[in-house]
Amino acid sequence: MKFIQQALLNFARNSGEIFAISLKSTAFIFKPPLNFRRIINHLYLDGIKSIPVIFLMSVFTGGVLALQSYYALQRFGAEVFTGSLVGVSLTKELIPVLSGLILAGRVSASYSAEIGTMVVTEQVDALFTFGINPLKYLVSPRVAALLVMAPLLTLFGDFMGIMGGRLVAALVVNQNPNLYDSQLFSALEIWDVLSGMIKSVFFGLTIAVIGSYFGLKTEGGAKGVGRATTTAVVVASIIILISDFFWTKILPFSLR
Amino acid sequence: MIQIRDLHKSFARKKVLAGVDLDIEPGQITTIIGASGSGKSVLFKHIIGLLKPDSGSIRIDGEDITKLRERELYRTVLKFGMVFQGGALFDSLTVGENVAFGIMKPDLTAAEVSRIVSLSLDQVGLPDDINQVMPNELSGGMKKRVAIARAIAKDPQIIMYDEPTTGLDPIMADIINNLIIKVNGSSKITSIVITHNMVSAYKISDKIAVLYDGRIIESGVPDDIKNTRNPFVRQFIEGQADGPMQIR
Ligand SMILES: Nc1ncnc2c1ncn2[C@@H]1O[C@H](COP(=O)(O)OP(=O)(O)OP(=O)(O)O)[C@@H](O)[C@H]1O
Ligand SMILES: [Mg+2]
Repeated sequence: MKFIQQALLNFARNSGEIFAISLKSTAFIFKPPLNFRRIINHLYLDGIKSIPVIFLMSVFTGGVLALQSYYALQRFGAEVFTGSLVGVSLTKELIPVLSGLILAGRVSASYSAEIGTMVVTEQVDALFTFGINPLKYLVSPRVAALLVMAPLLTLFGDFMGIMGGRLVAALVVNQNPNLYDSQLFSALEIWDVLSGMIKSVFFGLTIAVIGSYFGLKTEGGAKGVGRATTTAVVVASIIILISDFFWTKILPFSLR
Repeated sequence: MIQIRDLHKSFARKKVLAGVDLDIEPGQITTIIGASGSGKSVLFKHIIGLLKPDSGSIRIDGEDITKLRERELYRTVLKFGMVFQGGALFDSLTVGENVAFGIMKPDLTAAEVSRIVSLSLDQVGLPDDINQVMPNELSGGMKKRVAIARAIAKDPQIIMYDEPTTGLDPIMADIINNLIIKVNGSSKITSIVITHNMVSAYKISDKIAVLYDGRIIESGVPDDIKNTRNPFVRQFIEGQADGPMQIR
């Protein structure tokens, strides 16, 4: 009983702090001096360098989705709609969520490890002695980078996933690519793509803030850094999976 | 002048500071000695406002910094130069960038900044061409000296060293001792040093304070400490395993 109480209290406190950090670090992005160099560095390291893994994930997800959709639709003679089903599922759900999970693994982990190491080696304390707020200097550039990169990577993944599906439809089940395209374009709407990208903005914020938060809370040497990293990845992934449901329910046009 | 009064701090169940009283005179070198885990680093972090006490006050030139808001703290902290126990150099920046980081005047040209950087490196006896090196390529002694250079480049009123000689060979330790004396003398700044090393403490201090069991149990000029009758202090300065002191 005592334990449950403690856990709930902890949860409430952590949530409050995470919410405060999200607001502050986002606001700090626009407060001079603007940290262009640091932002660009993170755009490159965490965004551009994630392209290969997002590419692989998208192409194979699109491919396998086309394959499954084709045979499932074939059962009631509707296999012509493969392109529609693939396009809509990918852009609204699969690509935003899977990219989010991949970035949670890749980027949350590195943020919590980098910042956690800076905490245990007193570099974060040293920042303070120079009158520098770690939220402004360490967290804001990371948040900025992911707010930009998460939706762009999602858009890239959407395109690659659709291409993967098209390739599999054409080569594996011998569907005419023109049919795939025409069904895709007749079903897919701009809002399908946009609602996925809007969700991914939130996922990007989650990934950056959760990684930084558990990094800043690190205690006790190398072991502490390891613990922070694991916690960050797990918590970011859980938030992405659960919040996805609610975003889908809330966002206009995402259920049509 | 820094006045610490009845400072208390506990973490979870553990009481670390239990009523610290200490005066630190301007322009002097005050050394705080005490066993590992006695709370020296914790005391330090209170003085610059990195930690908030449970109760008690720390007045710096009359202003109680424990009462300040976060924004005001970011201003007062600029008075301090801090040399952390492990150096705390920013490992993503070069040595030169680390030292330049401390230069708090925003309207300097790049040339003036790099002049202050090489001046500061020169003060700690490091060659100018170390500028481009990354901190993880330095030895422990060099790291400490770069950390000192970074602190003095800031031109602080108060400089604090957390175990500046720990882990260094005796010669390097003495070089650091001389550096601390030189920095203190050359610019009329107040120095606070944490150390385990009694040789250093006797050599550099105007005043030595002994932290034990959460309090300052004795303080005075080096000769007072050398000749103390306090059995706890005697045990520590003579380095005896057996005695009244409880080492946790
Ligand atoms: N943030 C913290 N949370 C919990 N306990 C802490 C924290 N910081 C310090 N402590 C505890 O306070 C005690 C004093 O630590 P401190 O680092 O001040 O020791 P120290 O005197 O500097 O020792 P050393 O000479 O080994 O550096 C230790 O028992 C440590 O575990
Ligand atoms: Mg210490």
